[in-house]
Amino acid sequence: MSGLRAHELSRRFGNRWVLVRVDLEVPAGEGLLLLGPNGSGKTTLLRCLATALKPHHGTATFEGTDLWAARHALRDRIALLSHATRLYEDLSAAQNLSCWAAMGDYRPDVPALLHRVGLDGTGSKPVRAFSAGMRRRLALALALVKQPRLVLFDEPFSALDPQGREVVGGVLDELRGQGATLVLSTHHASLGARFCTRAVRLEAGRIAWTGPAAEARDVVADA
Amino acid sequence: MRGLRLVLAVVRKELLLEWRDPSRLTGLLVFSAALTLLLAFAMPGVHVLPDVAAGAIWLGLVLASTRSLDQSFRTEVENGALEGLVLWPVPSLVIFHGKALANAIVLLLVAVPLTALVFVLYHPRMHGSVVDLGVVLTLGCMALAAPGTLVAAIATQARGSSALLPVLFFPLVVPVVLAATRATTLVLEGDPMDQVGAWVKLLLVFDLAHWTLDGLLFSRIVDEG
Amino acid sequence: MDLPPLEALPLTPGKAVAVLAILVIALLNVRAGRRPWYLARWEDAFGLVGLCLLLDGQYMGLVDAPRERMMGEVGRILYVHVPSAWLTMVAFTLTCLFAIGFLVTGWRSLDLLVESAAEVGVALGIVLQLTGMLFARPTWGVYWDWDPRLVSTAVMLLSFIGVLTLRSLLTDPDQRANLTSAGAILATTSMIVTYFSVRWWRSLHQMQSSPDTVASPMVLVLRINAFAMLFLFTWLLVRRWRLARALAARDEAPPLPSAEVPA
Repeated sequence: MSGLRAHELSRRFGNRWVLVRVDLEVPAGEGLLLLGPNGSGKTTLLRCLATALKPHHGTATFEGTDLWAARHALRDRIALLSHATRLYEDLSAAQNLSCWAAMGDYRPDVPALLHRVGLDGTGSKPVRAFSAGMRRRLALALALVKQPRLVLFDEPFSALDPQGREVVGGVLDELRGQGATLVLSTHHASLGARFCTRAVRLEAGRIAWTGPAAEARDVVADA
Repeated sequence: MRGLRLVLAVVRKELLLEWRDPSRLTGLLVFSAALTLLLAFAMPGVHVLPDVAAGAIWLGLVLASTRSLDQSFRTEVENGALEGLVLWPVPSLVIFHGKALANAIVLLLVAVPLTALVFVLYHPRMHGSVVDLGVVLTLGCMALAAPGTLVAAIATQARGSSALLPVLFFPLVVPVVLAATRATTLVLEGDPMDQVGAWVKLLLVFDLAHWTLDGLLFSRIVDEG
Repeated sequence: MDLPPLEALPLTPGKAVAVLAILVIALLNVRAGRRPWYLARWEDAFGLVGLCLLLDGQYMGLVDAPRERMMGEVGRILYVHVPSAWLTMVAFTLTCLFAIGFLVTGWRSLDLLVESAAEVGVALGIVLQLTGMLFARPTWGVYWDWDPRLVSTAVMLLSFIGVLTLRSLLTDPDQRANLTSAGAILATTSMIVTYFSVRWWRSLHQMQSSPDTVASPMVLVLRINAFAMLFLFTWLLVRRWRLARALAARDEAPPLPSAEVPA
């Protein structure tokens, strides 16, 4: 079964094309490293792949079905992790997870999920009192509620301490082990390369370079 | 069945948010209580207060609803939760009906103490039954909540949304204020001509139209990419 | 609608001025060897015909038509008021239809038509409201009465002004189009419901003026003015749409560039 494919994927905002004819192919169960300077279109690409944005030109398919046309069915399998954490500030970590799960008809093991991202013991403290790193980890647990087949991760390692990176790395390894397809957008090529086989560098919304993830480090100086 | 379960899950989330931050609801109560007090001073004299009691209730509710609707969408846009919901496998219609139902419940939670307060301060007569009053209050709150939820969803996408919300909302609910106030007055003062049914019917039609039509418009505007 | 007999269309000074104006303008242009400016675009023909009809209709209304039996000279404001009421309804009905059409098809032109029709509708609505109030003062003794049609037009005006405000606050063209259409549909439904609920509340106003309820000499004048406004409305709508299209062209995305990374 083919994984994620994009053909000439393009998107504009107002009168500016921010994504221009992007061709991608990520075989099922593999990881793609998405590199590029700020404003190069990484986030827009991820949002298009997550069905948050409708492409203005070209198509993207996941497991053979068109993403936008079949978005209502596919959203069950796709998780987008971005700087928008989707968290309700006044709810506790466990309440956030259980509320979101109920709204999607999922029945996850909430304590186990919290344990997996190292957030057990936060009790009834509202998310308002969490640090940025804790929020990122809780957002990751939230994405795991879906048991996604395609994980789109915007800046997975930002705002995280070494321990947090360890947690996120562990979860990413686990997801790959379960056969999920990953797309990681990051400035830290060296941190992301471990989970990916291929890498792509975006510039001005276009693909400027593509190659094995291991070589990506030579293309991009680590931030 | 699944749809209903999901709607209830959205309602539960909304009410949990209200529960975890009680200042939102108490704020609404204080707001409407202060308004009731002010309105009494704006009247020509205490002798007219029993006649304007129903109007005081509904004016208070409409003004309080602009605040509660604004709050209900502020929590959704704060961390991108609304977009998260759209990307969650839950139909937009469910999101709309869940949020609208929760907003109706919050309004009812304001309406009950507000009505009690108006009874204490304005001394209206009470000829009808409490059940009738409850039916009118429920239908009226639902008639405010559905268009309100849609308008709040529209307004949050624009700059200066809290100023825009009343501009779009007030013209829309003129019939609700009219029908609900008439119906409440008839319940309070007695209904010798048997007119209350017509007003309740109007509220019902308004409810039906908005609880069905507005959900479709909501889906169209939140999930258009 | 049956055509009025010819003798009911007398040669009035209004018509004479209108015909003369067209002839003079046409002659001047022909002599200069230009395509007449007033026919530069097809809608300008509508504008010109509308203007002539309006001159004629207003002359007939102010001079030829007999005094209104009940209202006297004041009744002549009807020749502005009633046609503008009809055209306001046409404008907002069109707005709603365009909005539904846009939400179904997603055509950009329909979105621009929603904007144009709503704006022309608001302009006509203000004329309607002002002439209505001027008319109300001598006939009912007050500028404002809680009459179903007065209230629902006011509510409708407010709603559509709200929708135009909303539109001006949005920058993304796709989002703006979607939200404007949603708002326009809501505004139209609110107008209908308001009308019926207020009518229930109290009914003072005379029944809707339709040609059956007004005296026959007035019918012809009303019709001429209504057609005048209809032509002018068409002209205004299309002009406004062209303006919207020109403005939208500024936001129009350039064609999709090639996949080459620019240097």
